[in-house]
Parts: sequence; structure tokens; C-alpha cells
Amino acid sequence: MPRVVIDPVTRIEGHLRIEAEVSGRNVASAWSSGTMFRGLETILKGRDPRDAWLFTQRICGVCTTVHAICSVRAVEDALGIQIPPNARMIRNIIEGIQYVQDHVIHFYHLHALDWVDIVKALDADPAKTSQLAQSISDWPKSSAAYFKGVKERVQAFVKSGQLGPFANAYWGHPAYKLPPEANLMAVAHYLEALEWQREVIKAHAILGGKNPHLQTYLVGGMSCPVDPNSQAGLNADSIAYLKELFAKAKEFVEKVYLPDVLAVAPFYLDWAKVGEGLGNFLSFGDFPLTDTKSSDDPGDLFLPRGVILNRDLKTVHPVDQKKVAEYVTHSWYSYEDDKKSKHPWEGETRPNYTGPKPPYKYLNVDGKYSWLKAPRYDDKAVEVGPLARMLVAYAAGHPRVKHWIDAVLAKLRVGPEALFSTLGRTAARCIETVVIAEQLIPWTDELAANISKGDLRIHEQKHWEPSTWPKEAEGWGWTEAPRGALGHWVRIKDGKIENYQCIVPTTWNASPRDASGQPGAYEAALVGTPVADPEKPLEILRTIHSFDPCIACAVHMVEPRGRKTFYISGC
Amino acid sequence: MAKGRRIVSISETAGADGMLAMLKHKGVSRREFLRFCAVIGATLAVPVEMVGKIADALASVRRPPVIWLEFQDCAGCTESFLRASRPTVAEIVLDLLSVDYHETIMAAAGRQAEEAREATIKTGGHLVIVEGSIPIKDGGLYCCVGGRTAMEILSEATRGAAAVIAVGNCAAFGGLAAAEPNPTGAVGVRDLVKGVPVINLPGCPVNAINITATVVHYLTFKSLPELDAWGRPLFAYGKRIHDNCERRAHFDAGQFVEAWGDEGHRKGWCLYKMGCKGPETYSNCPTVRWNEGINWPVGAGHGCVGCTQPGFWDTMTPFYRRLPTVPGFSVESTADKIGLGLAAAAAVGVAAHAVASSVRRKTKGTEES
Ligand code: SF4
Repeated sequence: MPRVVIDPVTRIEGHLRIEAEVSGRNVASAWSSGTMFRGLETILKGRDPRDAWLFTQRICGVCTTVHAICSVRAVEDALGIQIPPNARMIRNIIEGIQYVQDHVIHFYHLHALDWVDIVKALDADPAKTSQLAQSISDWPKSSAAYFKGVKERVQAFVKSGQLGPFANAYWGHPAYKLPPEANLMAVAHYLEALEWQREVIKAHAILGGKNPHLQTYLVGGMSCPVDPNSQAGLNADSIAYLKELFAKAKEFVEKVYLPDVLAVAPFYLDWAKVGEGLGNFLSFGDFPLTDTKSSDDPGDLFLPRGVILNRDLKTVHPVDQKKVAEYVTHSWYSYEDDKKSKHPWEGETRPNYTGPKPPYKYLNVDGKYSWLKAPRYDDKAVEVGPLARMLVAYAAGHPRVKHWIDAVLAKLRVGPEALFSTLGRTAARCIETVVIAEQLIPWTDELAANISKGDLRIHEQKHWEPSTWPKEAEGWGWTEAPRGALGHWVRIKDGKIENYQCIVPTTWNASPRDASGQPGAYEAALVGTPVADPEKPLEILRTIHSFDPCIACAVHMVEPRGRKTFYISGC
Repeated sequence: MAKGRRIVSISETAGADGMLAMLKHKGVSRREFLRFCAVIGATLAVPVEMVGKIADALASVRRPPVIWLEFQDCAGCTESFLRASRPTVAEIVLDLLSVDYHETIMAAAGRQAEEAREATIKTGGHLVIVEGSIPIKDGGLYCCVGGRTAMEILSEATRGAAAVIAVGNCAAFGGLAAAEPNPTGAVGVRDLVKGVPVINLPGCPVNAINITATVVHYLTFKSLPELDAWGRPLFAYGKRIHDNCERRAHFDAGQFVEAWGDEGHRKGWCLYKMGCKGPETYSNCPTVRWNEGINWPVGAGHGCVGCTQPGFWDTMTPFYRRLPTVPGFSVESTADKIGLGLAAAAAVGVAAHAVASSVRRKTKGTEES
């Protein structure tokens, strides 16, 4: 069987390689491989647990807040710290705008070009494009003159002969189905979204000093002070600015992103039957609405925690972090017994590269073939991400999620089973964005109300000094990154990190096979994907991009060698 | 120091499709364009008279082709680049360059992506922007793209290049992956690339304005900006955070935050005792700030972590411990005793200390390899 190799898979974060065997016109079997690693967990050993979030935040520069939150939660869980309400609310707001911004970037800049043919946009009639745009939304930038301007810009760009990032793509591929007008509309929104994303993410700079890589978290709370009577703290002025940004965020999501998804989807409804995959979904849940201190009992979560098995939307199973374990059977690591899995607290990680010597043409997919481990929940391969979160919330009866999912399904005239697909993943991401965007202003108001009650606390100081800590402690932290369930596990001994393990969304989704040969979510989802032209495997990209891969996050393991302490003390 | 090196490349070719023509198509007026040039001029710290020259240079050039390589990275510098906010629209910043290869944003994938890169290399005279460190241990197999190692790709891409810009601390100095015990043998670009000028724009991540300003400098003056001993442009890394910090008056007055959320913290006092590394860190953060100048870490109540300095993951940690006492020039004792003169003396001491610790780390690296 011919083997299609896509490496690099572009428009993702990090280094991913897909090898797929094509039988006839469909993928028969697929393998997913992460081809870069850094060894962060080893680097963390022996360091101050309060510093860990700054290191782990650099696991990923795309959703720049989630590893920070997860890390401080893990350490807080270990030390029994309950953060003040202001800190909880600020964390939710930071993460909320991260979701909204990140999902929009994913749709327009990382995924849309799988569905939108930029070259065909040049055939569009701007007047008709304007009619189309106005028929789906009252977004103000929809005049014929506006689209004429966009078309001329694209023409000038093409005429310059320097196509930059748009050169050499699969333009003209038969799988592109949109009429020219829809293509032109999408290109206009691609450019608008580029402007919009850097504007709305200023909220991160207000609350966290900068974006990407905020510098505002602390074990025990946050470092951005709140004080209505100070220029140096979060005050009425900064809260007003935040709300202005969040209004902009919500408007774009409701008037551009959602209408675009609804306008494009009918042309690709066959993709509601492609890319289904495992049918098992896991969500750790997120956005705590009450103040508690344990990761196992995080209080009321805006997006609920749960597991769905075998597409059964009638039952949401509870989550037990102890059922999480990783295999290395097909990963470039070795355990004492490669056939057995390990819980992250036991986290044993010895690199063992057995792949071909670079440069190579194919990986040995019968043996080890990835730097990613294979996490399993209760020994089952599961999918994580917006689709998992939306399904768990839908099944749990979340009112806003239910409202929007039902509205979208009705509009597309499909049933809930359409969600188990490449198109479903893309739709779920959009629905989630709408649901979170609705919350940003109410959550900011809630923070303002708490501050106006006179509560200025942002940090729990009792446990700041390591001298107050138990000699030994272990904890785990959870969050839902935009890409899915994220957990950090930490062991602390004598005030230092003894062991640190992260299991990140893309490790679940991009996992290689495990000891019993169960494929990961990408590998399962690709089976059956049509491939019209093996030289231009556009359809494989569609399914892979629907997961929004983040390989930098997924690859982080290395040997447990002791770290020599090296500080600058005493000059 | 790489001083005023003249670089000859494709970007000198004037053409009808120069940047101003491009910008006109985007509805950008000459006035807005000049304002952009003025901002860049200010970032570069060149005299006002130079703004016209910058404008002329930019209006006539073809966008220089760029190959942006991502190795052991987190895409944070890419994200930072996408947030570039001066001039008014992000796409102008994209249009300053012809980004022919950039895995995170390019439309092509797999073989077609690699072909785009190869075509640009063949023409030559391109800029190579590197994000992420390069692992050299075990033949470099810890980072492969298209079945080839990062080392090999870097060496191929820099052949015939006009210059290499290492963005972020990882590409400049090895950054996070190179932190102790550096499991993959990660190094920065300057350790590998010879014969082509290399500019370091460290930071974790890089501030986009420093990329734009460096490129504009290159297009305007046909040369690279003057660099310090660490390969960093002086216009952006010539001064310490501490020297331009908005909280400096509180430092000098002995007003320090003692606990997160205390009164001093809420009032914006100095973060030195909470571990601020501003006194040892060279960067323009306090002046250009972030995200269109909205804020910067110290502005949000957290100390500087020193992310523009080589080896900061080792030399600046633990992050919440105040900088160590320097015998004779104790910043710490200054904190308690107060005194302007003493503070100034301490500043010199701390700077000397920063150099000393960096040198020591280098020595240690040599011992290990
Ligand atoms: S120690 Fe830090 S916060 Fe204080 S003045 Fe210096 S740079 Fe600013």
C-alpha cells in the first residue's frame, strides 16, 4: 500500500509527522509521531515549586496561560492552599479570553485554509460577496466597496509575485467546494481576525503584564494587585478597558466567526461523516465558580468534568485522576516493562530512541515511532478538546451549551451524531467560543463587585515561605486548555520538586498506539478519510487540524537524572 | 562586536511594487506610514532626521524573503510576532517581509512546504529567523522536521543568507531546553552558524517591536545594528531594566513590596525584595513595553525574571529570591539604609556581578561538554 507522509504538518504548533497508508481512495491506517522534545520535566527536578509555572508556561507559547494555571494548581493542591476569590476570578477571566482568542486564531489562521481557496477568491464578485455577508450577519464591514478593497489587496499581493506564506499550497484542489464569494468573504475575515486577535488579547497585558507568556501567576494567587484607589492596581479604569475589549471579542465571535462557520458548513456536510475516531471523550472541566482548594474537588465548574464512552450522550461518567496512566510501548522511552502503563506520580521516563537515523524516509511504525507517550484513561484511548468539553456539557445539561448546540444542529439540519466528526470538532470549537465569550463581561462584573465589597486580597500568604511546607507533599493540577484536558502532577520534597509530570491535551489526541495496539485519537480519526490525490493530501490536514494540534505541549519527557543545583548565590 | 556590516542582498532591488505601493492598496496613507516610520525610528533610537530615510528605504524595497525556522520552541515568539502592533495593522508587519516559510502560519504542508523553503534558499540573500534552540546531543535526533535534523536544516537554510536573526532566548542562548541539566544538548544559533552575521533578539518571548525595528534598520541602512558582546542590538538591549523602571524612584526611596497584595504592592512600590531581576537585566521592556505599550511584567506587579539574559533559567532562579548581596555594594543593605548615592554604587556592583555570573556559567558549560 502506498504510504503518504506529511512532515511537517504545518499550521499547528510544533513538529508533527503523519504517515498514512492509502487503500483505494481512503486512509486505511495512520500513525502520528511527535518529532521534537526538550525534557522539561527533568529540568524541573530540584527547583523551587513556586518557579514551576514559569517553566511550564513555556511548554507552549500559543495558549500561554494554561500550563501556568495548571502548575500553580498542582502545587496549591499539594500544599492545601485555597486562593482568594479575586485570584480565582482573575484566572477565569484570563483563561476565558485565551479560549476566545485562541479558537478564533485556530479557525481563521490555522484551519480555514483547508476549506478556503485563496486563489479562487480572485474570481469573486464583490457585490455578490456583500450580499452573501449581509445575508448571514449584520457585521458592519460587509459593503461591496469593502470586499472590492479586499479583492484588490489580494490581487496586488499576488501580482507582487511574492506569495509568502500562501505559496505552494493545495489551491485548486478538487476538495475545495466554496463558491468564489464565500472564499473572498473568508479571506477578508482572515485579515480582520489577525487585527482583532492582537487587540482583544491586550486583556492579558492588562492583567498579566504581557502576552504571550503572562507574568502574573503565583502559587497561592495572582501578582496583579486590585485597588480601586491606585494607578498600580486593577481599578475602575482597567476594568472598563477590559469590558471594552470583551465586548469587541463577543461581537466578532457572534457576528463573524459563528456566521462564517454556519455559512461554510453546508458546503462540507459530507465532513460530518468523516473523521469520527474513538467515540470516547474526557473533560477535566474548568472555570471554577466557587472557592475550594482541592483539584479532586474543584467546586462548581462552568464547564463540567466528565467522561463519555462509546458516543453515549445519556451517561456522563465521573473522572478519577488515578485512572490516568501512560504507555511507552510505541514511544521512544523505556519502562522496566514496556507493556505496562504508569500513573504520572510514578512517572518513570527514560528516553530510548530506536527510530531510523536521520535523514529518513519512513518511521518504523511496528516499533517505537514517537516522542509522545500514550496516555489512557481507565485503559481506554480517549479524545480531549472542545468537542469533548461540549459533549460532556451537553450531556450534563449545561443550559448555554445546550442552547447553542441545538441551535447550530437545527440550522445545519443534522442530528447530534454529526458532532462525532471533523466538521463536528470545528463546530464544537465555535460553539464553545460563543459560550465563553458570553461570560467574559459578567465575570468581570463579578470581580468588580467583589472588589467593591472591599475585598482586595489576591494572594494567600500563609504558605508562601517553603519553611511552612510539609517535608513531603504530592498534588495534581487540572485545567482545560483550549485543546483539551490538561493535568500536571507534582511531588515536593524538602521544599524542592522531586518529580513533575504533565499530561497534555495533544498527548491524548496525537498519541501513538499503546500496548494492546489501541490507536490514539488522530490515528483513529484518520481511518476512512478520503484522499483524492495522495500527492496533495488536503483531506488528511482537515481532520488533523480539526483537533488543533499542539506538539510542543505534547512532548516534554526525558530521563530522571538528578539536577545539580546551580545558583548564583554569593557571587 | 559586529559593527555596521554592509549586507548586500535582494532587498536592495528597488521596484514598482515597493512597500508604499503595497500599503496604498491596503488603504494606509502616507501620513500613517510616516508615523510608523517615526515609531520605528524611536525604537531604534536614531535621530528624527532619519525618519525620512527610513520611509524612503521602505517605500522602495521589495519585501525581503524570510525563512522562519522553528526548532525546540513553544511558538511564543511566533505568537509575539503575530501581536506586532506598530504600525496600525498586523498585516503590514507581515508585509514588511515575504515570509516564504513559517510552519505555524504557512498554507503549504509536507513536501510542498519544504519545496517553498528550498526555492528561497536557492535564490539566496534571504533572512533566516530562528525560533527555538537546536539540540546537538546524539546527532541532533531530538528535533527532526521532514526526517532531517534541526542542525542540518539550519545549516542548509543559512547558506547564502544575508543574515540570521535569532528570536527569543532559546534561539539566542539555548533558553529553556538548555537549562540544567540540558537533556538534549540544546544550543543557540551562534554556537552553530559561522560566516553569516547573527543577531540575537532574546526575551521569552521576543518583543515583536524589536524584530520589526531590526528588520527596518537592515532595510534602511543596508547594515545590521550595532551589537553588544552577547550579539544583542544596543538600541534594544543597551540599558538595564532597572535604569528605566517606573518603580525606580521607590527603589531609591527604599519603598519595597514586602508581601503580595500588601499596601506597597497595591501602590506600585519596588519589587526588588520579591525577587525582581531588573537590576541585572538588559532590555527595553520598560520603555517600549508590550502589546502596544499597554503594560509590562513589572507594571502588572510581578518582578522581572531576566528573560533577555543568557542562561537566565539557571542564573536568575529561584525567581522569588531577591538578588544576592554583592560585598561592598549591597543592594540589599541599600534597601534598608536608603540613600541615593549608595543605590547608584550598588547598581554598578550588580551590573558587574551579572557579567561575572554569566561568565561563570559559560565556564561551567565548557566543563560539562
Ligand atoms: S528592582 Fe525591579 S521593580 Fe525595583 S526599580 Fe529595579 S527593575 Fe524596577
